[in-house]
Amino acid sequence: MTALIRPLGALALSALAALVLSVALGSVTLPPDEILAALGGQGEALSRTLILELRLPRSLAAFAVGGLLAVAGALMQVLLRNPLADPYVLGLSGGASVGALMAMLAGLGSVLVSGSAFVGALVSTLLVFGLAHGRGGWTPARLLLTGVVVAAGWGAVITLMLAVSPADRLPGMLYWLMGDLSYAGTPWPPLVLLAIVCLLAVPLGRNLNVLARGAMQAAALGVSVRRLEWGLYLAASALTAMAVTTAGSIGFVGLVVPHMLRLLLGNDQRLILPACALAGGTLLLLADTLARIMIAPEQLPVGVITALLGVPTFLYLLYRSQ
Amino acid sequence: MRRLEARELVIDVPGRPAGRALGVCVEPGQMWGVLGPNGAGKTTLLHTLAGLRAPRRGEVRLDGRPLAALKRRQVARQLGLIFQERHDGFPATVRETALIGRHPYLSPWQMEGAEELRLAEAALERLDVAHLAERLVSTLSGGERQRLAIATVLTQAPAIWLADEPTNHLDLHHQAGVMALLAEQAAEGCAVLMCLHDLNLAARWCDHLLLLYPDGEACWGPAEAMLVPEVLERLYGQRLATAWVDGAPVFVPVR
Repeated sequence: MTALIRPLGALALSALAALVLSVALGSVTLPPDEILAALGGQGEALSRTLILELRLPRSLAAFAVGGLLAVAGALMQVLLRNPLADPYVLGLSGGASVGALMAMLAGLGSVLVSGSAFVGALVSTLLVFGLAHGRGGWTPARLLLTGVVVAAGWGAVITLMLAVSPADRLPGMLYWLMGDLSYAGTPWPPLVLLAIVCLLAVPLGRNLNVLARGAMQAAALGVSVRRLEWGLYLAASALTAMAVTTAGSIGFVGLVVPHMLRLLLGNDQRLILPACALAGGTLLLLADTLARIMIAPEQLPVGVITALLGVPTFLYLLYRSQ
Repeated sequence: MRRLEARELVIDVPGRPAGRALGVCVEPGQMWGVLGPNGAGKTTLLHTLAGLRAPRRGEVRLDGRPLAALKRRQVARQLGLIFQERHDGFPATVRETALIGRHPYLSPWQMEGAEELRLAEAALERLDVAHLAERLVSTLSGGERQRLAIATVLTQAPAIWLADEPTNHLDLHHQAGVMALLAEQAAEGCAVLMCLHDLNLAARWCDHLLLLYPDGEACWGPAEAMLVPEVLERLYGQRLATAWVDGAPVFVPVR
């Protein structure tokens, strides 16, 4: 157990530090004592509004979305026994975006938009997995190629939908595609989902460890592989859908974070999954802070920052993996 | 004491006629060898016996209960399988790999404890790979990996051992070591069944043999009854010369 607590403790501390930093920095920089006062319900009304209603919810949402994406990536990597799997690369985010945009085009409410995004993510996963599986199982090359092509297909559908949608709906739809946290709204649903997944990671983690060694080996060691794989698939889709509905499609967090953590902490999923939640959250929190302050008072979409970090990392991984 | 029984079993090899249904019972203490040329369905048979593949007909029973009706976890506490092919997804150390043998015994919230570690270390020691415990599996040689796979099943400590070419990649000394280990398991009351390429290892160590022909035909029985040169020549499509060495028959291909 101590082997779990030490790295997770360190990651939790850095997440907290990133949270404080992201709340403090912005168009107006706030000193730590003012933040503490505002959290305690005191201090100036203006800075209290700024912290409690603007920056803190956004920061928490950024943390939750980053965590969800990283955990979704880690789950898909176990599911596919392939370190290059990631919701964005495999077209899940694209599918979820198309689902969400379709609901928006139809003028549906936010609950239906989320539901539609979930279905979109599910359909996309099914499509990619089904097509890439073929007879001989998933090979990394075929899976990636299928994912990339499906993602490109979603891209085309998205462009088509933007082209035909009425002008008044365009801004809301565009925010999805750039990955932007300024419309995040309440951070609680993604945060709660993230907490649930982390709690489930501990009892399910050893099953995942065994599954990572191959489906046959896992079945021989008592894992009900089919059920577990479906569970993983649904969970990864649900997490991605939740992340995408909160912040639009943000790429590469699910790829970079699990990979880095695996290099540092090994491959025990009971450790890696909660660690992904914390580190993914921290990464997106910092990326969002950068997005807010780099060209302040203008803001960059956070998806730009993560892609700038993620693309070189991805290429490096691909280059190294024969 | 566990027994594994194949009842009217026809394994599912695509594009092959049903052939002869197998009615084999592997009793505790017995050491079965499965012999046959490439593509005869040895691995398929082993996977079917382990419940990892559905048979075309018939069923496999573990202690009289149909395997298909048991939970995988229950099966894994009684039946271990040494795979012929392994692929490593994510990097893992030798010790971690042996430890997964304890998976079927641990409850979801339980972490591997001192007892699990002790069993894994003992198994690594027994297979002569304890000195590699910290190494990544991907850095091992073929023979070392093979011994690690066997150590993982030894950590699992099943009552029924199924082994797919357990001596693959092993040097002579370790081949004898592994066969001795399996014989020891049988002597302690385990039921052991293994596929073997090496006719002479089977002749030396196995007390029962199952011969699988490529067309789905099969015959089985006590080793003495099966080790008939004419039968084996037909099995492999190869003429053989026979000699007796150290109390066991040795078969050599005729040039």
